[in-house]
Amino acid sequence: MFITVVNALNEGFLQTLELFAVTLVGALPLGLIISFGSMSRFSPLRWLTRTVVWIIRGTPLMLQLIIIYYIPGYIMSANPWGSGGSGRFIASAVAFIINYACYFSEIFRGGIQGVPVGQQEAGLVLGMSRGQIFFRVTLLQMIKRVIPPMSNEIITLVKDTSIARIISMQELIWAGYAFLKGSHGYSGLIWPLFFTGVYYLLFVGILTLLFGYVERRLSYFR
Amino acid sequence: MSILTVQNISKRFGDTEVLKDISFQLDQGRALAIIGSSGSGKTTLLRCLNFLERPNSGTISVQDQVIFDAASAAAQKESEIRRKRLHFGLVFQSFNLFPQYTALENVTLAGRLLAREQEDFKRNKKDIFAEIDRRGAQLLSQMGLADRAEHYPHQLSGGQQQRVAIARALALQPDILCFDEPTSALDPELTGEVLKVIRGLAEQQTTMIIVTHEMAFARDVADQVIFMDGGVIVEEGDARQVIDHPSQERTRQFLSRYAER
Repeated sequence: MFITVVNALNEGFLQTLELFAVTLVGALPLGLIISFGSMSRFSPLRWLTRTVVWIIRGTPLMLQLIIIYYIPGYIMSANPWGSGGSGRFIASAVAFIINYACYFSEIFRGGIQGVPVGQQEAGLVLGMSRGQIFFRVTLLQMIKRVIPPMSNEIITLVKDTSIARIISMQELIWAGYAFLKGSHGYSGLIWPLFFTGVYYLLFVGILTLLFGYVERRLSYFR
Repeated sequence: MSILTVQNISKRFGDTEVLKDISFQLDQGRALAIIGSSGSGKTTLLRCLNFLERPNSGTISVQDQVIFDAASAAAQKESEIRRKRLHFGLVFQSFNLFPQYTALENVTLAGRLLAREQEDFKRNKKDIFAEIDRRGAQLLSQMGLADRAEHYPHQLSGGQQQRVAIARALALQPDILCFDEPTSALDPELTGEVLKVIRGLAEQQTTMIIVTHEMAFARDVADQVIFMDGGVIVEEGDARQVIDHPSQERTRQFLSRYAER
């Protein structure tokens, strides 16, 4: 019994991991772009960006998932996401990337605006180009600033992937819950659902160690 | 011979005119102190010389070459200005050292980056960098910081940080070295070591412009003094003459506030 459950949970965890990885890869660059938009000197772009961030951060991710997965089907009379598991995964990935990019963008904005303007001025006075100032002077200071809030957000993302269950993506919680509802010849089993917590704990534990390592590597300056 | 000629510089921020028609000259090897109360425009003037602000009108000439002319848009291109600002060095009130680099790296970073634009860079990279590092280490020991070269800024006192910043500015061998209230962010017991370094530079005939609130220092170290108030030069002349025997009522008022302390 234990082996059967672990195999099923592993499969669910793989989906969780994939959604986590795809969200990170998509949301980090998109978040940076959105942060530039929210700091733009062109005020219509700045207000548009800030409004989008307000809407995305102001509504539940669960609701966004439902809207992104079901609404296009209503409008176009065919589900654009494709049928089955891969369609659910793609829709989830899109919703997660948009949602997390908005949160990341605010973290990036804080990191960029947190580097004192004097750093840039010192570089300019020394004849450095804007590119040299960004890559040689401000970038590392920005990274150092965003790592603590970023690790917080990324740890939240690990657990938020379970929300994709609302559109029946077969992630870890879904896999655990299946044993309660009945699957693999078992039903009414509650412990596999509880056991999923161990997966999350271990994974977050590894991430915490990783972030701790990066923070220590950057602790040589202030 | 005058190395710096500033003519009719004006600068507005919105509706506020911060500099009104400023003109002055500075001779090679001389030290000029700019004094005046906060908001008189002295820091803005220094920032204009270093192209951190663009004057709305006027010209700046170094060694009889016009390096900035507010009337000419072509001369204001970023790439042009990048090269021209190397005539000036600037030491900030708040040091602005790069925190992720050691003292020596702070001093050598800009030089190493500029060296990449040299024609023989690829062939002689090692020698060029070695020479830049050697000069950087020499400047640090000139500042009394030979044993601090590998320290990061946060491991140094404010006075030591400011001396690293002075070495960093000197590393590019500017024609004119500018100081923006170099001791204002320091505890009183640390100002002495920085002033001593600047005094040493003056003795070596370094051309300098020093914005300062240290009147006794200005009087002793500077050759020339400019007193600014409300964006204009109220009085200028020989340092001792202006500070000891000001001819303008406004200068007298300003200096008397210092005498009371």
